[in-house]
Parts: sequence; structure tokens; C-alpha cells
Amino acid sequence: MENTLVSKIMRNVKSPKNKPPGKSNMRSGERIIYGVMGLIATTTFMILVCLVGYLLFKGIWHIDIIKLMPAIITTIYMVGLGLLFAVPIGMGCAIYLNEYTRGGKFVSTIRFANQCLTAVPSIIFGLFGTMFFVTQLKMGYSLLAGALTVAIAIVPTVVKTTEEALMTVPLSFREASLSLGASKISTIWRVVIPSALPGILAGIVLSMGRIIGETAAIYLTAGMVFEIPKSVMESGRTLSVHLYMLAKEGLSFEEAYGTAIVLLVVILTLNLITYRIGKKIGKK
Amino acid sequence: MGNARSKKIIDFIMKIIFLASAVITIILVAFIGGYVVSQGIPFFKHIPLFDFLFGTKWAPSGDKYGLAPMLVASALGTFGAIIIAIVIGVITAIVMVEILPPKLASILSAGVDLLAGIPSVVYGFWGLMFVVPVINEVIPNTIGQGSSLLAVIIILAIMVLPIVIRMTEVSLRAIPSELKEGAFALGASHLQYIFQIQLLAAKSGTLAGIVLAVGRALGETMAVILVAGNAAIFPKSITDPVRTLTANIALEMGYAYGLHQQALFATGMVLFLIIIGINCVVQILMRPKKEK
Repeated sequence: MENTLVSKIMRNVKSPKNKPPGKSNMRSGERIIYGVMGLIATTTFMILVCLVGYLLFKGIWHIDIIKLMPAIITTIYMVGLGLLFAVPIGMGCAIYLNEYTRGGKFVSTIRFANQCLTAVPSIIFGLFGTMFFVTQLKMGYSLLAGALTVAIAIVPTVVKTTEEALMTVPLSFREASLSLGASKISTIWRVVIPSALPGILAGIVLSMGRIIGETAAIYLTAGMVFEIPKSVMESGRTLSVHLYMLAKEGLSFEEAYGTAIVLLVVILTLNLITYRIGKKIGKK
Repeated sequence: MGNARSKKIIDFIMKIIFLASAVITIILVAFIGGYVVSQGIPFFKHIPLFDFLFGTKWAPSGDKYGLAPMLVASALGTFGAIIIAIVIGVITAIVMVEILPPKLASILSAGVDLLAGIPSVVYGFWGLMFVVPVINEVIPNTIGQGSSLLAVIIILAIMVLPIVIRMTEVSLRAIPSELKEGAFALGASHLQYIFQIQLLAAKSGTLAGIVLAVGRALGETMAVILVAGNAAIFPKSITDPVRTLTANIALEMGYAYGLHQQALFATGMVLFLIIIGINCVVQILMRPKKEK
């Protein structure tokens, strides 16, 4: 009885096929199904616990900040430079999409381009960067080549998060500002962006995480010299690349554990910051 | 009056600047795609496309460039990972949305966020130090001593899990509550509602998430290199070492030149085209939702 009624609803949901209702007696099997589902959801959590726990357990004694200093500083440089290139372009694009247009072919082309950029694997960016920036533009393996490459990789993240932040600003804010005689651009600078700032910041923090975690693209463009770079034209090794090198060469797993934990802590901190900002906006 | 005029001019200039930065993103995609393709195309003068795609031997020193083992490895690795990620991910999302009390759900949700944020190389390192030895322990005496297709599948599955969970969660939450009320009013049990109505209604979003996850799994490089064993041969069993398309590029790009380098660009081109193809599929899947 129940089952036939449910299948009627299914037709309303426009399911392509009308599957025959479950044969087995659902009621008696329900406990088992709930149990299995609970188990699987727990698995997700256990994976996280296992990963973080194992790395912490093995590496907590091997954290050597002093020794990691060159990688840490290179990472900071890389984040700074990458954001410097990506944020203006990303924000400009988002502002254009959200403030100046309302759909249409051109806009959907931009959106499609952004989605493609999101989907392109970082190794392709690395491949591009190592031929174009490093070899053809003669930058050599350098912070600059790495930052330009990684900036391309994170532009779509900046666009998407900025756009989402701009969308949360009510239309009435803009209307009020415009009706008071403000120009479009001062409406954007003085009203829209300040109201959307927390969301934009959250997006930038997210992009920072992306740069810190990026390996393939940076490995092929910024090189792997393990020293503090003195200029943007020098090669450097970020934390992620450092961890990769250590793990691949198998020279010092202790140091690798230490590096992995530093990376985890940094990412966890960034996550907490975004979470805080998110709470402030009251999104969740 | 002059003031208003200059304001208008500034408005116009700023609009152009914003427009330009929007156009840059299009140029970037076109340029990078075009660049990789243009660097890869000359390779096919030396080795025909067919031989490249279906050749079974990759030996750059002997000018043998067959991509088939890598294509198979990438396909198998991605497929296995996606199956696991779908099963665990979709069910975790359901549990999060429908079953857990909000407090517990938000803890699990924070966990998923953290999983999504962990850099891929950390996954790779954990795989190397934990998953590979465990595989070696359970199935001893394999060629790769644990470095294997299986390890790749496990690591990739964990890496794409957050994507599947998030996309499923979002589309589950987007379902209007009338469906649930209607189902319950007609006497459906909670499980019947979840599996026979809710999942079907959330189909397109979930599917888009799965396709995104496929792209991510195909494109993953460093984590895969660390656990795959990287032998450019056909895997005969799930415990054999493999080399994926991405690993092929990353491993050899450092020292390749001439034809060898072109071959790597051709590999990149194949990967790029596959990813863009997948992306077009996502675009089509997402379309009906946006038009609403």
C-alpha cells in the first residue's frame, strides 16, 4: 500500500524510470540500513581522524621551525605575490559580472571560462608556466614565474567567492546610494564592497590555502632551491614542494612529518579564520 | 556640470577596467589551452596520433611514445576512486542532512571542510607512510611493495570525497520541503523518502558533483606520484604499480627536451581536452537548474 503511493509521488518528481518499489520489508530492514549508513558516515570522520592523528603522532616531535624557515618564508612570499596578481583580476571580474551585467551570451562565456580554469589540473598550469614563463619569457625558475602560474590557478576561486559575497549585498543598498546621487563607481567602492568585505576576505583566505597547498604548478615553475630567496627572480621551495621533495627522495621522513604537520596547522588555522568570518556574516 | 561629466568618465573608465579583468579570464583559458595544444601538435608529425594513444610502450630514450598504459592507469584509478567516493560521499551527505542532529552534523561538516582544505601533497605523504605499508602488510610480495593502483584509488577516493559530499549536501538541502511533507503524509517511511524521492530529486546536483570529482581525480598529480610506483606498464592486477597521465608529465618534465618534451606536451594536451570535455558535461548537467 505504502509503496504504491510512494511511487505515485515519484512520478511527480519526474523520475525517468519507475523503479519497482523495494521488495523487502523495509520496516524490519530499516535498523540495519540506518546502521550501515551511520557506519559509512563515521568512516568519513574516521579517515580524517586517522590522517591527522597518524601524522601528528609520528611527527609531533620532529617539528623544526628553524630548519623549515626558508620554506616558510618562500611560502609567505609566494602567497603574497600570487594574491597580488590574482586578487585584482578576480575581484574586477566578479564586480563586472555582478554589478554591470545581467546574463547574456558574453557573461555565460566568462562563467564558462572560469569554470574551465577551475577544472584545469595544476600540472597543466605547471606545464604551461615552465615553458612560457620560465623558458620563453626567460624568467628562469623563480618566485615570479611560480607566483604568476599559481595566480592563474586561483583567479577563478577569487572570482567565485567575491561574486558570492557581492550577491549577499541587498539591491536596496545600491538603489539608495544611486538615488542619493552617488555615481556607480562610488556606490561600488563605498557601499557594495564594504558590505561584502567579510565574504571577500573569506574568499581570499581560501585562496591563500590553495596557494599554500599547490605543489605541481609551483614545483615546475619556482624550482626547488632550499634557501630564502633574495628577489622575485630567485628560485625558492615552498612548504608543499619541500614536503614532496622529502617524501619523493626519501631522505628524511622525520623532517617530512614535521613539514606535513606545519602544513596541516596552517590549513587548520586558515579554515578557522574562514569559519569565524562565515559566522560573522551569519551565512550558516 | 563639469563635475558630473568627469564622474561619468570615471564611471566609464572603471567599467572598462572591470570588463577587461573579466575578459582576461577568457583570454587566459584560450591562451593556455592554445599554448599547450600548439606545443603538443608538432609531436604528431613524428608519431601519429593513433600510435601515441594506443602504443603500449613508453621509452623516451628509444623514441617510443605509447600513452596507452597511462591512459588505462588514469581511467582505472579515477573510476575506482569515484565509485568509492560516491558510495561513501552520498551516504555521508544524506546522514548529514537528514539523520544527524544539527550539532553533530555541523561537526561532521567542519570535518569535511578540513578534508577539503588539506593540501594534496599531505594526502600523498600520508598515503606513502600509512596506506602503502598497510597494503604491503595485507597483500605481501607485490611488485611495487604496496605502491599500486589500489593505493592510488584509496588516496584519490579520499581526496574527492569532500567534493561529492558538498555537492550532494547542497542539492539535498535545495529540495522543497513540500516533497517531504507530501511523502510523509502519504505514509512513506523516512528511508523510503530518502532513497525513493529525495535522492532522485537531488540527482542533477549530485551528478554534477560526481563529474567535478572525476576531473579532480584525473588531474591530481603529486599525491598520486607518491603512492603509484610510477612504472609505465599496463597494470595486470590492482596491486601492480601504475603511472597516470599527470604523473607522466610531472616526473619527466624536469629533464625532457626535444621530441620527448613535445611528447609531454602532447600528454598534457590529451589531459586538457579530457578535462574540458568533462567540464562541458558539467555545464550541460547544471543548465536546467540555473534557468529556474
